[in-house]
Amino acid sequence: MRDFFLALGNPSLPFLRNALYAGILSSILFGVVGAVVTVKRIAGLAGSISHAVLGGIGLALFLSVHNIVPGIQPLTGALVFAVVSALIIGFVSLKAQQRVDTAINAIWAIGMSLGVLFLAKTPGYTDLMSYLFGNILFISTENLILLSVLDALILILAYRFYPQLEASAFDEEFAKVRGVPTEGLFLAILILTAVAVVLLQTFVGLVMVIAMLTLPAGTASYLARNLASLMVWGVVFSLCFSVGGLALSWSYDLPTGAVVVVLAGAVYVGAAAIKLGMKHVA
Amino acid sequence: MEYRSKERDIVVQFEGVGFSYGPIPVLENVHFHIHRGEFIALVGPNGAGKSTILKLLLGLEVPVRGRIEVLGKTPKEARERIGYIPQHADHDPSFPITVREVVRMGRLKGLKRWSPEDEAAVNQALAQVEVKDLAYRPFQALSGGQRRRVLVARALAAEPEILVMDEPTTNMDAESEARLFKTLGELKGSTTILIVTHDTEFVSALTDRVLCVGKRSKDGRAHALVQHRTVRVPEASSELYGGQVAKVLHEETLPDDSCCIEQGRKG
Repeated sequence: MRDFFLALGNPSLPFLRNALYAGILSSILFGVVGAVVTVKRIAGLAGSISHAVLGGIGLALFLSVHNIVPGIQPLTGALVFAVVSALIIGFVSLKAQQRVDTAINAIWAIGMSLGVLFLAKTPGYTDLMSYLFGNILFISTENLILLSVLDALILILAYRFYPQLEASAFDEEFAKVRGVPTEGLFLAILILTAVAVVLLQTFVGLVMVIAMLTLPAGTASYLARNLASLMVWGVVFSLCFSVGGLALSWSYDLPTGAVVVVLAGAVYVGAAAIKLGMKHVA
Repeated sequence: MEYRSKERDIVVQFEGVGFSYGPIPVLENVHFHIHRGEFIALVGPNGAGKSTILKLLLGLEVPVRGRIEVLGKTPKEARERIGYIPQHADHDPSFPITVREVVRMGRLKGLKRWSPEDEAAVNQALAQVEVKDLAYRPFQALSGGQRRRVLVARALAAEPEILVMDEPTTNMDAESEARLFKTLGELKGSTTILIVTHDTEFVSALTDRVLCVGKRSKDGRAHALVQHRTVRVPEASSELYGGQVAKVLHEETLPDDSCCIEQGRKG
């Protein structure tokens, strides 16, 4: 572990410091968005959207390589697909509640398949591993600025609309009676989650995004007394997992994303076992 | 029956209201009105459409026919002045929230944030329902009866003009039920109260009038609504409603405007 902290101070390894900053900045998103995803029970929706964006990534690369839309970034395609998927799932959830599962799984499968089709016709691009696990060590300063902006936006919105967020997650019908625009709020949550998922996924990969949206909030739920403390504890656990995972992967020369996920999973399972044991004793 | 002044205005008015869930008719030609300060019991068997009437009153559903006016406005416009206690208290058992935070939800108004006045109203509502000592306990750690009382406090925190309760005594122990009806007794007269119950035989003795939903329409599918009189049952004969019980006289159907006729006679 010591070599990790020594390497952080090494001027010839700026990418490691960037990876640390990215870990810290993404922890804020993972903690706050993860808490909302957990209490609104939309982890399945987030999973579906994060898979569907492969279609957008594939389309953008296809259009760029074939000079149809020169220079279009994969991130742009991913964002467009994410927002469209979020809106489709959102409207289906609101208007035809019994079909939500179908919509979620259809979007998931169709998005991924489109991505594979586009990539098959895009010469020279077959690196699906970076889509799945990302590479936090390739993070640029521009990426960090983008993450900071999204952090600030999410924190401001979570603070400003906290009462509405809490009420609509706890008792949607009551929130509606109190004049909260619950449907608009739900769509806004889905779109923001989709955007956060896409940005985080570009940096740390799909598997880590899904794990970090659920595991830190899941572990935090054993300590939290309310939604705000679920968010705070979620950020704390995300920080521990991201920085701890980065240090461990550096020290033992392992893929960072996978180490972070395994660490987060181990702590979550450990916390669940302790809670279960305490219940049993009591 | 208590004296009603002529000035007492109508706060809820249903005129020829019909409602269907898709092709399934639920309510047909529902007529009734409620005066300010009245205590009304809405009774009927399960599935008769009682909760639907509440949803229409709160603007959560829209009638396919007829007109609804609440506090002189449409239900959607008026619903912030209604305190609502839903029937299903099946909240996510892992949702982290304290009793105080649940009650504070009653102070929500659209997209506004909390103010110091909201905190004062929350304290008052907690005291009114005698759950102040539970304020910082996790909501999910409470018993079923305590939870329902907290939901009553949440509805009262809005300082509502109309209090609407959907089967509030479901899963309630006798002590909680007695405490609830003590609170309602204190509110009677100052707040209009509409209480829904599937017990079609007995209602609380606080009740001024009984609206009974369940009479089948001509085609036998949708339900209509009639009014009944009640007679007080001797006290302490039951643990229901804190021992203050009245029997519903289903054999006597009153005209829709019986409350106003009564008013004309006495006022």
